[in-house]
Amino acid sequence: MNARTSSHDILIEGGKHWSLTMRAGMQLRLIDTEGGANVGMLLYNPQNALERYNAPDTLKCQHTFKLTRGHCLYSDMGRIFCSITDDSAGWHDTVCGNSTQQLVEQRWGARRYQEYRNEWNQNGQDAFLVEAGKFGLGRRDLAANVNWFSKVAAAEDGTLSFDPSQSRAGQFVELRFEMDTLALMHTCPHPLNLAPEYPRRPVLMRIARAQPATDEDFCRNSCPENVRGFANTEFYRVCADLGGEAR
Amino acid sequence: MRRESHLLPAEATYRHTIPAGDYWIDSLKKHQVLRIVDVEGNQSADTLFFNAEDIADRYSAVDTIREQGNVYLSCGSRLLSTAGNVLAEIIADTVGRHDTLGGACAAESNTVRYALEKRTMHSCRDSYLLAVQKHDHLGIAKRDLTHNINFFMNVPVTQDGGLKFADGLSGPGKYVEMRAAIDIIVLISNCPQLNNPCNAYNPTPLEVLIWNADVR
Repeated sequence: MNARTSSHDILIEGGKHWSLTMRAGMQLRLIDTEGGANVGMLLYNPQNALERYNAPDTLKCQHTFKLTRGHCLYSDMGRIFCSITDDSAGWHDTVCGNSTQQLVEQRWGARRYQEYRNEWNQNGQDAFLVEAGKFGLGRRDLAANVNWFSKVAAAEDGTLSFDPSQSRAGQFVELRFEMDTLALMHTCPHPLNLAPEYPRRPVLMRIARAQPATDEDFCRNSCPENVRGFANTEFYRVCADLGGEAR
Repeated sequence: MRRESHLLPAEATYRHTIPAGDYWIDSLKKHQVLRIVDVEGNQSADTLFFNAEDIADRYSAVDTIREQGNVYLSCGSRLLSTAGNVLAEIIADTVGRHDTLGGACAAESNTVRYALEKRTMHSCRDSYLLAVQKHDHLGIAKRDLTHNINFFMNVPVTQDGGLKFADGLSGPGKYVEMRAAIDIIVLISNCPQLNNPCNAYNPTPLEVLIWNADVR
């Protein structure tokens, strides 16, 4: 990766897992190259993994049920891991959790590694546990995750519905990291996806240097809460840069 | 769905009032029944459940709402754990709808939601942390504190993907009741929030009652 201009691409095949440590000021674009993808994601502060992505705070701070451009992903410490700076999909889920081994087996059958090698039917929960284990994290550290590219709406009476027409080939979402962040990811199907065959959809990750967030930044100003979220995050970064660390 | 309970408070084996801003942590044996009463109305009972045999197997809001296909909790809702076990089932409810999307208030999220100067105000997460620190023999710590239930809170979701904090459906004396499906630990913070109109800026007491397993 050329430090100044170029970007670095990584293709994650469908039904697989990955992890990345993103630095403040980096950008991650996820691209649904074939359509129908789902990317499960959990975020942690690499210096203190007890600080992690908090879906309820993210939703209530921004009075939203879905995630899209202008929203920020909050930690439980009132700070912003990353901002959604661009999004062609328009709706991403963060309230439906993960597929599990039991769910995948019931819906698509148990394709074990013994018979199917790397075309086995991986599930989101096991995928997260494997990536979490690489950083000393375990079951207790998993929390509500994001499901990029998956739309789940709620009717007036609260009934949830998964919209399979939501995701099309070429759609993307772009994240700008506002603080150093450990991201755990998988490309396993959304737990409400009722596709007849296990949806094995790849995702392209494009990592580049982000444009700095100006005072007029869209995400910073999308609601008064985010102005304060950015202030908390910038204070934390200043303290870290001076050698200390704000708790 | 609203449903009244036939259990009599006089037959409860345990009664306890939780003042606003305080916590309650206790265990329930399989089939014991817990009632939480919104004594004066419009209070929020921020509640977490743990499998008593395995603390990492804890209440999971996302698994619960996905498996029941609905974002709101009420009578008939089975409260699922991260491993897919039923921890408890709501068997009576005079409110009709409870929130499990909004999470608990914390000092840090208060700075974002209301003002940076709110950092030192009391919050549910502070109550949770004090509860688990003082009961550290239970093996529960900060990493186990996640996405709770807000009994008595009304947080409607709109069809275009918005989230509103609406005036409460609850009122004085309304209650919700649940039967433990396995041995569980229950942690409640009686929400001290002073910045949100949902409790009229006036946090009030909750009461908890427990009936033994042989009560049907």
